[in-house]
Amino acid sequence: MMDAKELVLLVISSALVSNVVLSQFLGLCPFLGVSKKVETAAGMGGAVIFVITLASAVTGVIYKFVLEKFNITYLQTIVFILVIAALVQFVEMFLKKFMVGLYDALGVYLPLITTNCAVLGVALNNVKYDYDILTGVINGFATALGFAIAIVILAGIREKIEDNDIPEVFKGMPIVLVTAGLMAIAFCGFSGLL
Amino acid sequence: MSGIITATVVVAAVGVFIGIFLGIAAIKFRVEVDPKEEAVLGLLPGNNCGGCGFAGCSGLAAAIAKGEAAVNACPVGGDSVGQKIAEVMGVEATETEKQVAFVKCQGDCDKAKVDYDYTGIEDCGMLSFVPNGGPKKCNYGCLGFGNCVKSCPFNAIHIVNGVAVVDKEACKACGKCVEACPKNLIELVPYKSTSFVACSSKDKGPVVMKACEVGCIGCSLCKKNCPEDAIVIEDFLAKIDYKKCTGCGICKEKCPKKAIL
Repeated sequence: MMDAKELVLLVISSALVSNVVLSQFLGLCPFLGVSKKVETAAGMGGAVIFVITLASAVTGVIYKFVLEKFNITYLQTIVFILVIAALVQFVEMFLKKFMVGLYDALGVYLPLITTNCAVLGVALNNVKYDYDILTGVINGFATALGFAIAIVILAGIREKIEDNDIPEVFKGMPIVLVTAGLMAIAFCGFSGLL
Repeated sequence: MSGIITATVVVAAVGVFIGIFLGIAAIKFRVEVDPKEEAVLGLLPGNNCGGCGFAGCSGLAAAIAKGEAAVNACPVGGDSVGQKIAEVMGVEATETEKQVAFVKCQGDCDKAKVDYDYTGIEDCGMLSFVPNGGPKKCNYGCLGFGNCVKSCPFNAIHIVNGVAVVDKEACKACGKCVEACPKNLIELVPYKSTSFVACSSKDKGPVVMKACEVGCIGCSLCKKNCPEDAIVIEDFLAKIDYKKCTGCGICKEKCPKKAIL
């Protein structure tokens, strides 16, 4: 367990400095796919925060009490995929039954996250950097927060550029990718923070 | 060797555990869905256009299953879908009249005169911020930047020579374009009707004369000649009552500006 100062630094570094989308290039698919409107982007961001935080906890437990115990940590990728997919399914069922409001709000985004590599990436990073379970969960939350920040900003920019007179060849995805690239450069500025 | 066996057993065990866990969870957390609702949802078009006023097709399906919405509440599916849903629900469908969207302007680039060239953002909504509400002399006409085109889920409305034109066959009367048009030019009209006033200008005759070749000047020739009394003039603009109109076409002939289509 780290002390409070280190935890704050961890949150800042995961959310901003090594932003999951803009510097690690994980979770690009929903980043580009669900960023047309700020509203839906915020919904996706919320769902990702929810799932990654949960997934970090569950994969942390699985890693410590199953994989390490049987000495098969090299199987982490395969087991994590299994666990995350099942977890998302379960969360969907649970929400549908007990929290209909949240289920309706997250809606279609939940099943989409099953195949989001950012979730798996966080779980694997937690192992790679040797975080204990609680630190892993905080890292997961911060990483997902970074994703939410990035996708909401991109959606905001996309809503603005929609009305602009964009050259024919740049219309659609190209201008979005250029925008995302410029955002990534801007986020590089955070690297001086730590 | 034993390593392979341990690995296989552990991963298999995790898989089996998850399988059983999810299986139990699926039974425990089952949400009762009305079988009628699923059947109705299967019959709806599935465009999720929201033309019915509910949040997508599933919203309407739920409302129909509960009896809160009419079986033919889907404007897209029309009577054919209404009939099928009526069978599922075991009630008689009431006939609804098929409607289509109609753009009440035909002032295209050749017929409508412009005050100035506009080269700004191509969005109808933006034009409320420019002088005279757009480059056209007529303040009521179609701006031609296609907010309606963008809003149409069925690709049924297009900008042709600077003015929006509805493809009558592709239009499902969902009403999206009606809301999208900042000039309120689009109206849902009966599919069967044949006479429409294709102008929305409330300006007086001489002003319309200067601005557009095909604008309604409110001369009331159509009103005087209509055998069914189906036309009224309001704000220097002819209006046809589609319930009274028999489609005789006399108004089209009499209109000096050819503003009735």
